[in-house]
Amino acid sequence: MSRIATVFAALKAEGRAALIPFVEAYDPSRETSLTLLHGMAANGADIIEIGMPFTDPMADGPTIQAAGRRGLLAGATLRGTLGLVEEFRRENNHTPLVLMGYLNPILSYGVAAFCADAARLGVDGLIVVDLPTEEADLLLPDASKNGLDVIRLVAPTTSDARLPLVLAGSSGFVYYVSITGITGTRTASAADLARDIPRIRAATDLPIAVGFGVRTPEQAAVVAQHADGAIVASALIETLVRENVDAVLRDVKALAEGVHGARQAA
Amino acid sequence: MNTALPNTLRNGPDGRGRFGEFGGRFVAETLMPLILELEAAYEAAKADPSFQAELDYYLKHYVGRPSAMWHAERLSRELGGAKIYFKRDELNHTGAHKINNCLGQILLAKRMGKTRIIAETGAGQHGVATATVCALFGLPCTVYMGAVDVERQKPNVFRMKLLGAEVVPVSSGAATLKDAMNDAMRDWVANVRDTFYIIGTAAGPHPYPAMVRDFQCVIGEEAKAQMLEAEGRLPDVAVAAIGGGSNAIGLFHPFLDDKSVRLIGVEAAGKGLETSEHAASLSKGRPGVLHGNRTYLLQDDDGQILEAHSISAGLDYPGIGPEHSWLHEIGRVEYVAATDKEALDAFQLCTRTEGIIPALEPSHALAHVSKIAPQMGKDEIILMNLCGRGDKDIFAVAKHLGVEL
Repeated sequence: MSRIATVFAALKAEGRAALIPFVEAYDPSRETSLTLLHGMAANGADIIEIGMPFTDPMADGPTIQAAGRRGLLAGATLRGTLGLVEEFRRENNHTPLVLMGYLNPILSYGVAAFCADAARLGVDGLIVVDLPTEEADLLLPDASKNGLDVIRLVAPTTSDARLPLVLAGSSGFVYYVSITGITGTRTASAADLARDIPRIRAATDLPIAVGFGVRTPEQAAVVAQHADGAIVASALIETLVRENVDAVLRDVKALAEGVHGARQAA
Repeated sequence: MNTALPNTLRNGPDGRGRFGEFGGRFVAETLMPLILELEAAYEAAKADPSFQAELDYYLKHYVGRPSAMWHAERLSRELGGAKIYFKRDELNHTGAHKINNCLGQILLAKRMGKTRIIAETGAGQHGVATATVCALFGLPCTVYMGAVDVERQKPNVFRMKLLGAEVVPVSSGAATLKDAMNDAMRDWVANVRDTFYIIGTAAGPHPYPAMVRDFQCVIGEEAKAQMLEAEGRLPDVAVAAIGGGSNAIGLFHPFLDDKSVRLIGVEAAGKGLETSEHAASLSKGRPGVLHGNRTYLLQDDDGQILEAHSISAGLDYPGIGPEHSWLHEIGRVEYVAATDKEALDAFQLCTRTEGIIPALEPSHALAHVSKIAPQMGKDEIILMNLCGRGDKDIFAVAKHLGVEL
């Protein structure tokens, strides 16, 4: 079983949801990212998303845009991000890592070489924001050959009729973009989630994680009552900018408590 | 003359929105259903004669089409070679070819029941054209424009505001056209239900490259008929400037199957192709994915997009429409480049010999014309798309010539 499937199976057995925090690679330094990865794993992160910096992150709000710029200024490259994963894996072989980013750096690296290197160095899944299902044949064969999960985005605009098409070939979990908008802006309400998540459940057996606009332990707890995982990115980056690494880990711990306690409380 | 040949080059894109390997629909899932809805709406509009009739009405009575074709005699004499004709799309209402496309798209937006319009703009010509059609149809309009371009294109910013548009300066990245397009996409993804995004160039996710091309083909179709009437034959060479490539594809497309017509696209070489400050995606870039399509891009070894440079804000884009990438690879169109300096010289040459102040964008095309015309015979014909007028550029030109206004 893959690391991602193992984590979700264990959480399911415990009746809990997953906390999935986000780290933008090299923001503002490689060392910070490595410290955050280990610290998040130690403070309740079940899976960690690593952002691959790109000059033109079209689906991201100002917070992640700025994080990507700082990462690039600090010398982030796709090869460097894979190196970060490799170093993390020397000490942690259990926390699943999902790379999230945009297609062009992957194309530039070479899709086949990237999938092979990513899998070999310890990446578990890929989220490529600007690769919709219509274009996914560009990535799927190499990803599946190397055992990488391709995690699909589902949006509020994805119709019921379209869901099976979007989910075809996806594995690991489903990433529900809970709002129409960019990252770190609006937040979906409990009522929105109560309406939307069952619609996706009807179309897949995969776990469903919710992202875009999940900021506080309370919001993460609401997500955990409806879905199988909560993804938190912009709020943690803002904490990193405003305070420091320790404050981010404090927030991760609080978020983890919110997510993990949610179903017992409900 | 417009009969499609069995092996026509005019059938693209395919069902996936691709021209050869280029094009496609590389957008986030949130936008994908909208892109598909737009494609279906556009196909239905294309098949509806009343849509074309409505568009023709506005093109004739509002834009002033057909635009003239002008035999630039003094310029031809001065260059001492080929006979040069200008397709005068700078005479259109709003002063550039951009309005051809804006009218088509806003009529489509109305058909789709959309109530809000957004656009990106570089030089401001597309922004002005979009703000204009929004004023005409009474729709609210938001234009994203790089903060650097807001500064260097002040007259157009003021025009847009007078027309009732909100102009949002974009300060991310290099604060030029590419960044404006990113923010327009971000707006669209946040306002999917009511908003129509009028893309100004023949790039972006399918169906935009094909749709913009179709709306701009009026340039080439008119020019072809006008040339046949004036000279009884087709031109030997057709030349157009290329940023994203909408005026060029509009001129070239109706000639693609006419093998005798040499087609030349002129990219912006900025401070020189040997420097890092240019906007020549085909000459110096390689294929990648940006803004929803696979095409030639200026990028570094890691696939990060590089900033483009050109004296002309309208050419200052690190990509190019996907159909141009394909036409480049199959060799049907030649792509060359002209520097800032060459464009400035051409700008002055045109103004002096023809009494026409061209925009800096077509000045790049004219720079190439002035290189090839002297080598051609007096019975040979060059058709150049004079796609915009230069009023907006006089401040920038004055600055480069060391003149204080």
